[in-house]
Amino acid sequence: MTVTTTGGGPRGTAVSARPAPRRGAGALGVLGRVWLAALALAGWEIGTRQAESVFFPPPSAIAARMYEQWLTGPAGRVFLTDEALETFGPSLARMLGGWLIASVAGVALGLAIGRSRALADYVDPLIEFGRAVPPSALVPLFMVLFAEVTDMQLATVVFGVIWPILINTIDGARYLDRLHTDIAQVFRLSRAQRLFRLMLPAAAPKIVAGLRLGLSLSIILMVVSELVGSTNGFGYELLDSQSLMDMTRLWGIIVVLGILGYVLNTTFLAVERRVLSWHRQAQQTT
Amino acid sequence: MLDVVNLSHTYGTGPKAHHALGGIDLRVAEGELVCVVGPSGAGKSTLLRSIAGLLTPTGGQIRVNDTEVAGTPGDLAVVFQDYSRSLFPWVTVGDNVALPLRRRGKDKAARRAAAAEALAEVGLSGAAGKYPWELSGGMQQRVAIARALAYRPALLLMDEPFGSVDAQTREDLEDLVLKVRDHHRMTVLLITHDIDESVYLGDRVVVLTKAPATIAGELKVDLPSPRDQIATREHPAFVHLRAEVGRLVRGRDEHAPARP
Ligand SMILES: Nc1ncnc2c1ncn2[C@@H]1O[C@H](COP(=O)(O)OP(=O)(O)O)[C@@H](O)[C@H]1O
Ligand SMILES: [Mg+2]
Repeated sequence: MTVTTTGGGPRGTAVSARPAPRRGAGALGVLGRVWLAALALAGWEIGTRQAESVFFPPPSAIAARMYEQWLTGPAGRVFLTDEALETFGPSLARMLGGWLIASVAGVALGLAIGRSRALADYVDPLIEFGRAVPPSALVPLFMVLFAEVTDMQLATVVFGVIWPILINTIDGARYLDRLHTDIAQVFRLSRAQRLFRLMLPAAAPKIVAGLRLGLSLSIILMVVSELVGSTNGFGYELLDSQSLMDMTRLWGIIVVLGILGYVLNTTFLAVERRVLSWHRQAQQTT
Repeated sequence: MLDVVNLSHTYGTGPKAHHALGGIDLRVAEGELVCVVGPSGAGKSTLLRSIAGLLTPTGGQIRVNDTEVAGTPGDLAVVFQDYSRSLFPWVTVGDNVALPLRRRGKDKAARRAAAAEALAEVGLSGAAGKYPWELSGGMQQRVAIARALAYRPALLLMDEPFGSVDAQTREDLEDLVLKVRDHHRMTVLLITHDIDESVYLGDRVVVLTKAPATIAGELKVDLPSPRDQIATREHPAFVHLRAEVGRLVRGRDEHAPARP
């Protein structure tokens, strides 16, 4: 599982390539998309009911099972059951914890490498090698290296997630506008100002693209890391359902993972839109 | 104030080398406004970048107040031609102007006040909270000038600052430069390819030859102050001077090797 980043031009292609949401399409567009989803769901329901396969329970059964499993808890906890808390909590902690560690480390290292030609020449081959190694292949190694299962899981997530963040940050920091660095030099901006007022914002479109890629990878790696030696979390739930041949529960977990990924991505896009509003506006006017 | 001694610069090495500056001697006195004119590609920006310490020239010396400088002299501000890229798009106009003032040991309120004052001086009082991309090109260049003004430099370098704005804005900005330099008694070195502009603005005009650039000649401009876009330009001395500068600029054409 290698991650290709946003090579391309020197500017923030990753972000600008994505078309802005069209306002005019409005209600009709939403309706159209909802229709298609509803149609697909109906097709799924009808198909699975007719097939009557134990491996493919109908979505209504999956939904009922999900509701019972996750959402029949006390009202004070938004109806979340103990099982929901014991699954979501550790899984989200591993995933977001790993992603945060990778983000901080990836951005810090990426800025340093991006601004130093010499450093980049040294570490480029290492990075190419590191990102080519499938993180799942390292799980057995991490199991030996880390006594704690949680540490092994965090390490797996961090190792898988850091590459797109690191590579995008390097890319963003490398192609600063020459005129901007000239201005920083002539007006003798301080190191902190160069970092926070020039490098970080200039690289932000690329960094954010890397962070988003990393976030979607973190959910994959979270599950992968939980498939071994874990006693809680989504991966454990999947294995448990499989060993009990409880297919409805298994499907329910898959659906929850899909919803989780969707919610995370949507949230991230909303934050990104705010943080990078200058970028979108500037691109539209120049 | 500024002494450029036998400055030369060659880009690259080997057969691809480009000899841009071929030994330039230039002296700018305290409070003087000197215009450097030359055809495009002559090496004007190379000269300015050398003085600003953005480029290490391959030969010669830069002296400021009789001490040789390597790197960027303190107390120096630059206004670049490409206004659309010279401001940081991710911070407001006010912050763009205030950013360099931190090194000047001002606290936040003082920086903000200085930025507001400089913006008012260039006629952009209400723009501090806007972003650069919300402004027209001429306004962005005004912001770049305000940033230089707020910095209170001893020496202001301008590289074809009005090269890409419309004619009306250009006249306004020319008069703005004359006004603020009278007000602050700054030393200014302004680069342009426009002969009329050089005579209109300069106390002195220095003409560069084609690459490798050397000084083709220089003229003292003794036009009555304050200058006026219409009256000055029809003044007999203006007409005469611009013909003289034109002759100097043309002179390098006659010396240039004929091209097939
Ligand atoms: N970084 C560079 N590397 C190689 N050649 C350059 C570089 N910068 C400028 N030149 C060349 O040097 C010459 C002078 O450039 P410049 O100083 O920008 O001219 P001007 O500002 O008078 O138009 C041009 O022919 C240009 O192609
Ligand atoms: Mg130039």
